Amino acid sequence: MSTQQLPEHPDFLWRNPEPKSSYDAVIVGGGGHGLATAYFLAKNHGMTNIAVLEKGWLAGGNMARNTTIIRSNYLWDESAAIYEHALKLWEILPEELEYDFLFSQRGVMNLAHTLGDVRESIRRVGANKLNGVDAEWLEPDQVKELCPILNISDNIRYPVMGATYQPRAGIAKHDHVAWAFARKCDELGVDIIQNCEVTGFLKDGNRVVGVKTNQGTIHTEKVGLCAAGHSSVLAEMAGFRLPIQSHPLQALVSELHEPVHPTVVMSNHVHVYVSQAHKGELVMGAGVDSYNGYGQRGSFHVIEHQMAAAVELFPVFARAHVLRTWGGIVDTTLDASPIVGTTPVENMFVNCGWGTGGFKGTPAAGLTFAHTIATGTPHKLNKPFALERFETGALIDEHGAAAVAH
Amino acid sequence: MLLISCPNCGSRDETEFHYGGQAHVPYPENPNELNDREWAEFLFYRDNTKGTFAERWLHSTGCRQWFNMLRDTVTYDIQAVYPMGTPRPATAAPNAAESGTASLAADSTTTGTAGPSIAAPSTSATSITATSTTQSGTTAPEGATK
Repeated sequence: MSTQQLPEHPDFLWRNPEPKSSYDAVIVGGGGHGLATAYFLAKNHGMTNIAVLEKGWLAGGNMARNTTIIRSNYLWDESAAIYEHALKLWEILPEELEYDFLFSQRGVMNLAHTLGDVRESIRRVGANKLNGVDAEWLEPDQVKELCPILNISDNIRYPVMGATYQPRAGIAKHDHVAWAFARKCDELGVDIIQNCEVTGFLKDGNRVVGVKTNQGTIHTEKVGLCAAGHSSVLAEMAGFRLPIQSHPLQALVSELHEPVHPTVVMSNHVHVYVSQAHKGELVMGAGVDSYNGYGQRGSFHVIEHQMAAAVELFPVFARAHVLRTWGGIVDTTLDASPIVGTTPVENMFVNCGWGTGGFKGTPAAGLTFAHTIATGTPHKLNKPFALERFETGALIDEHGAAAVAH
Repeated sequence: MLLISCPNCGSRDETEFHYGGQAHVPYPENPNELNDREWAEFLFYRDNTKGTFAERWLHSTGCRQWFNMLRDTVTYDIQAVYPMGTPRPATAAPNAAESGTASLAADSTTTGTAGPSIAAPSTSATSITATSTTQSGTTAPEGATK
């Protein structure tokens, strides 16, 4: 691996228009999912008279805060299908969007530290292969070969007993992904309206007919919610509930280092995931803070815990320094799977619940959600993820099943 | 790191506690009469309040007792601590000084009863925040057994 040159900024990215008084559809949330949805609405469904409303600045929420890991090695068929579709889109999007956002398919390794981990991992490799997802089981010496800085010795608390490996997985430049979508949206005529906070909805009976914002009222036939951690707040404004709990999820980076880490390593058991960004920072994340929070910050002991895990697995990191830590607000569900589909409010659609792993799903979330908004019906990939599953009991329980970070 | 005032043990670091989610969610009175929608509500739907939130905490490495807490989910300020089984107190003043969040405090190592008093005295009679640190070591408040 060598440090890659970052792509040049294009001369022009997007306009900053004033909101019109009405649109055919309004997307609430100008992060990755909102922009991808708008892009596919315009490209696949010819809906160009649409707007993306963003209360802050474009892609300044979780899109700016994630650890950029892209993989599709999920256990269950439904998850594997949608995440693998996302991965296939990631593979073609740089060309399609005419913007190299440095999708680096350096592989993702999910370590196993206990016999239970080993069994679950081998089972998942089998499930992945049956679903057409590239997956391998690695013995500890193969782990070491792929990632020489990993400590595979027996004298740590949770020795590495092997790993699953998905070679096509990797990382991408998250900001550039957002800008790539935003530029194409703009080209296709989509209005991207920043600093536009939704304060309420206009309804005619049970049908949504408009959006109230701090920049005035916007009439629309359809509303798509892509607000991640704030989905519950919007749903409440619209008059329905979501089975979502918002938690802080923290991440951190070190200062820049020479390339030392050739892949992405995740450990469910000691709980850390690490990659090295293109510029050279070590990027780490772990689990959510236990309490509900909208504060975009969490508690330090969570950081301390993940660094302890990282230093045990990667002794070479002991002399690195934490440069920055931050938090995002993630929208978790009890089955750790997203919610995409219709809502109890007519013509209002929701895409949320991606929790700690929404970045990797961005293209497939956008593609399938656009289909749902345009046609009013589920896409075959998002159908299992409908809100109704909490009533029918057809949960897609991915907790712990497909590695640490969902 | 939150600095949480256990009603029995006084101020302790968040790491001693376990989060229990939304408070005041009763088990259905007549479970046999619930339809699928109502079961879904009970099992999977909880409030996800942005602002003051009533939630349960367990002092798992201390007295092992559950208690309720009012906490702002944006600022993380702890506004009241009160026993299980008692109603939610009226929301404390939004900017209660010296409140329990230690995320911005320089020193989060304060433990035991010598910690700063938690939250301004609440107007609510059911709030025990003002007296919580002096209750340390005494009997558990009524209703705090589960």
